Amino acid sequence: MSTPPAGPPGTGGGAATVPLRIAGSPAGPAGSSGSAGSSGSAGSSGPAGGPARPAWHPSVLFAPARLRQLGALLLVGVLAAIVTGPTGNSDKPLQAAKDSIVDVRIVLYLGLAVALWVLLVLGAQLRGALERVSAPVRAPVGAAYGRRGGPIVLNLVLLAIAIVAPMVVSTAAQQSMVNDIGIYALLALGLNVVVGYAGLLDLGYIAFFAIGAYATAYFTSQTAMPWHAPFVLNPFFVFPIALILAALAGVILGAPTLRLRGDYLAIVTLGFGEIIHLVANNADNITNGARGAFGVPHLSIDLLGIDYKWGIDPLPYYYLLLVIIVVVMIAFGRLERSRIGRSWAAIREDEIAAEATGVATLRMKLLAFAIGASVSGFAGVLFASKQFFNPQSFSLQASFFVVAVVIFGGMGSRLGVVVGAVVLQGLAFYLRDKVPPADRYIYFGAIIVIMMIFRPQGLVPSRRRRREIQLVEEGIGAADSLGVAPTGGQR
Amino acid sequence: MLLTLSDVEVAYGAVTALRGVSLEVGEGEIVTLLGANGAGKTTTLRTISGLLRPRSGEVRLDGRPLSSIPAHGLVGAGVSHVPEGRRVFPSMSVRENLLMGAYHDRRHARADLDRVVALFPRLAERIGQPGGTLSGGEQQMLAIGRALMSRPRLILLDEPSMGLAPMIVQTIFEVIAEINQAGVAVLLVEQNAASALRIAGRGYVLETGRVVLAGTAAGLLADDRVRQAYLGEDVADGADGPAPAGGGAAAGPAHGAAVPADSA
Amino acid sequence: MGFLDQFWQLTIDGLMVGSLYAVIALGYTLVYGVLQLINFAHSEVFMLGSFGGLFAARALLPDDGSVPGGLASVGLVAVGLGVGAICGGLAAFTLERVAYRPLRRRSAPRLAYLISAIGASLFAVNLAGKEFGRQNVDLPDLFHNGTVFTVFGADVSTQSLVIFAVAVAMLIGLDRLVAGTRLGQGIRAVAQDADTAVLMGVNVERIIIVTFVVGGLLAGAGGFLYAMTFNASYSMGFVPGVKAFTAAVLGGIGNVRGAMLGGLLLGLVESYGGYLFQASYKDVIAFLVLVAILMIRPSGLLGERLGRAA
Ligand SMILES: Nc1ncnc2c1ncn2[C@@H]1O[C@H](COP(=O)(O)OP(=O)(O)O)[C@@H](O)[C@H]1O
Ligand SMILES: [Mg+2]
Repeated sequence: MSTPPAGPPGTGGGAATVPLRIAGSPAGPAGSSGSAGSSGSAGSSGPAGGPARPAWHPSVLFAPARLRQLGALLLVGVLAAIVTGPTGNSDKPLQAAKDSIVDVRIVLYLGLAVALWVLLVLGAQLRGALERVSAPVRAPVGAAYGRRGGPIVLNLVLLAIAIVAPMVVSTAAQQSMVNDIGIYALLALGLNVVVGYAGLLDLGYIAFFAIGAYATAYFTSQTAMPWHAPFVLNPFFVFPIALILAALAGVILGAPTLRLRGDYLAIVTLGFGEIIHLVANNADNITNGARGAFGVPHLSIDLLGIDYKWGIDPLPYYYLLLVIIVVVMIAFGRLERSRIGRSWAAIREDEIAAEATGVATLRMKLLAFAIGASVSGFAGVLFASKQFFNPQSFSLQASFFVVAVVIFGGMGSRLGVVVGAVVLQGLAFYLRDKVPPADRYIYFGAIIVIMMIFRPQGLVPSRRRRREIQLVEEGIGAADSLGVAPTGGQR
Repeated sequence: MLLTLSDVEVAYGAVTALRGVSLEVGEGEIVTLLGANGAGKTTTLRTISGLLRPRSGEVRLDGRPLSSIPAHGLVGAGVSHVPEGRRVFPSMSVRENLLMGAYHDRRHARADLDRVVALFPRLAERIGQPGGTLSGGEQQMLAIGRALMSRPRLILLDEPSMGLAPMIVQTIFEVIAEINQAGVAVLLVEQNAASALRIAGRGYVLETGRVVLAGTAAGLLADDRVRQAYLGEDVADGADGPAPAGGGAAAGPAHGAAVPADSA
Repeated sequence: MGFLDQFWQLTIDGLMVGSLYAVIALGYTLVYGVLQLINFAHSEVFMLGSFGGLFAARALLPDDGSVPGGLASVGLVAVGLGVGAICGGLAAFTLERVAYRPLRRRSAPRLAYLISAIGASLFAVNLAGKEFGRQNVDLPDLFHNGTVFTVFGADVSTQSLVIFAVAVAMLIGLDRLVAGTRLGQGIRAVAQDADTAVLMGVNVERIIIVTFVVGGLLAGAGGFLYAMTFNASYSMGFVPGVKAFTAAVLGGIGNVRGAMLGGLLLGLVESYGGYLFQASYKDVIAFLVLVAILMIRPSGLLGERLGRAA
């Protein structure tokens, strides 16, 4: 491991003229739009390809790199047609794809691909125009955000929207706002500590959610599962229990793994998530197996003269969740700015240096992992006490979905991940009777890849993370806790 | 000129490492590039071999701009780079390491292997041993031998004496001179200025990304600032020599052919 | 019947499955070797190869449902292997180009690669589910599956023999490729020190894509073998994927021979363990093995030789 951290092998035949990126030049997705996304297009005819030739000049338009870009976009168009096309079956494996391609819709997709290509070719000019159009809109928001207390105003506006929104939508949408958006926003906030703050990847995150849910069934009901506690607790008392159980599981899992390469954690958690799912599904005489746990009591308070029971109406759950989410956001904001948060930042940026300056890196990573797990366990209690659940709620795909929410929203950004939950679950809700549920994961998978290619900082990026990613791409620091960057980076 | 750098600027992100470096290496010359730690010597070599791309300025080989050649194509063009810290392939045997030098063109591999082994008899004894298990001196010999396997016209050496015992350093420098005798041009980066200037014909002194002095080896050896900064008794390795950044140039040339680069 | 009575049968079954794990594990190990990156989507390469080979072989089967024999069987298996390998290779190529290369070009942080691979995996799994249905797809018999011979009272079926022989042939072929060809020389150089490899004239970008494709070819052919024994389904990649990864880590990730050894060992452990414990928790064994190695000997049995040794 004696390799110095910056050792960019200049690679790739035609791409040799890519200049070193300098600070102040447009870094990131915008700067590399000339080549990003297209498979074969080398940087050789980037925006700086030749002086004075307009973008629509044939020699520019039909340069090999541009044509490859067009080809790639057309392929993406075909793929999009297949993704949105009819469902097939194994008896005629290629039929569905064929039907998707020999269909009028293909024209639409290919047209879109060409349009996108034209946009990319004229990108520079258009971006300027777009700036001019959007500047008057963005300026006041930006100014408000920049001013002291500005974020508070913005956050209050968002909070007001969150309070009013469920009152004006259908009951089905309200249910979704609790089960899908609310719960996942909370889950995402927890996973954000692991992924966004500590720079680790947890792919079995939903397992802790399951631990919380099954703990609730165990402690609060004699009938929900064959296996139950000898006493019955109010679900509220299970919150701390689940929190501790999940954190404990996180520590047990993380302690041996975190010592090693960060990416091993991903695969170990993946396996752990699958095992929890497997056990939940198969242990009929403990968890009730695939039939799930039914009859976990709803939340209720009878304290200091307040007597309230949550029922089947989703709204009370919604507001409870909203309060919890706001509290968690504030708490994690403080955490991020605390010594612990600064340690995480130090670990992300340069683990070795952090270690050298006295940061207990292993313990800090473990702490992040346990905090994330405990939020997940906490959310599991809420989930279980609201409604019937079975192992399907704890599938691998659910874990991936939380990852997608964090990535999409913007890792490291609390507001971002909540927005991510709203947008992605909103999209899922919108697609619910247009696309079979399982097929929605095709879109989510695509979104993850597209975000990683074009906007790794997410929809609402955290300022700090954006800076870090930019630095990494310039060859400085790490931006995660997974060790040196892979081979073949090109600077 | 075999190799020409004109006004090359290189940056690592926001950190500018080279601020307009110009230098030349002629056919069959030994040219040394001196400078303290962090002066930009390694960056210069990495730029020549295409691992880094200049932000501005140009590197030319035989008058041909190198920007059109990908980094992995440079061996084919006759440039061989012995990187800082030797960088032998640790799990490959000595033999495999040497054969890696002939990766781009294996036609003469066999004959060249014998030639290189004859040049470094120590390697013959270790031919089947993994590169990572060699001593520092042996690794340096292996790294140089590996570079020779590609039959270069120009060889770039990055601090070949680093961390080696004086005896071995002497051997290494003798071999470098020998290689040069065979007609290979050498660009030698060193902090060990005394040894480097002894075998070099000309030299450049780099300070914080700028060439501050250039001249014949004899001229540089006689230059007060070189003597003070790189040949001083108490700073034998020259690593931490107090190098007056920039200010040195204003003092003007003190001796012979060593002239401040900015006025040259 | 006790464990000892079953020992040889379990051994044979374990070696057969283990040789498949080894074939898939090579994909992880090769990519890890050159990129120091776990290719999370490798399991989907395996899945797509499996479907490709299965559909191709099925399309050529006689309509009357009869089991072919002789040369026809050999041809069908060969076609299945070939098409499976090609589909796997294509999938791996596409994966590298779409999910990895754009990130490499801007030197993205490591986390980004993992996430991108997970996205690609999610996409491929569910697209396959949509196109091919979400049930298991069986491959009809391509040959008469009888007992060829017995060892210590355990039957060795034609199928086990075919799978084991093909898998071992691929393993040997890959070993020769890495140890004895110019391409292998390039792969090893990039794995040990990519920067210096460039200085030797190695086109790292080419080595990377070729490595992906080689891993994909193997996984695709392995996928067909897997479908021949079990079946194919859109979600088939996950479990063998985790196991093959475990095999790679067990042998020492980045180490080609280690992956082979790891695969065979894991197959055996799982076969014995599945018999001794409960078959439905068989999949847990691999995971426990993984955690155990990580704790006891994270560099694996043979060490991380091809990659940068720690
Ligand atoms: N990978 C890198 N990232 C950022 N800065 C670097 C990197 N490598 C070198 N530098 C900086 O560039 C300057 C020149 O470094 P280098 O060329 O290695 O010097 P030398 O070889 O003369 O010791 C130094 O200031 C160093 O800090
Ligand atoms: Mg140096």
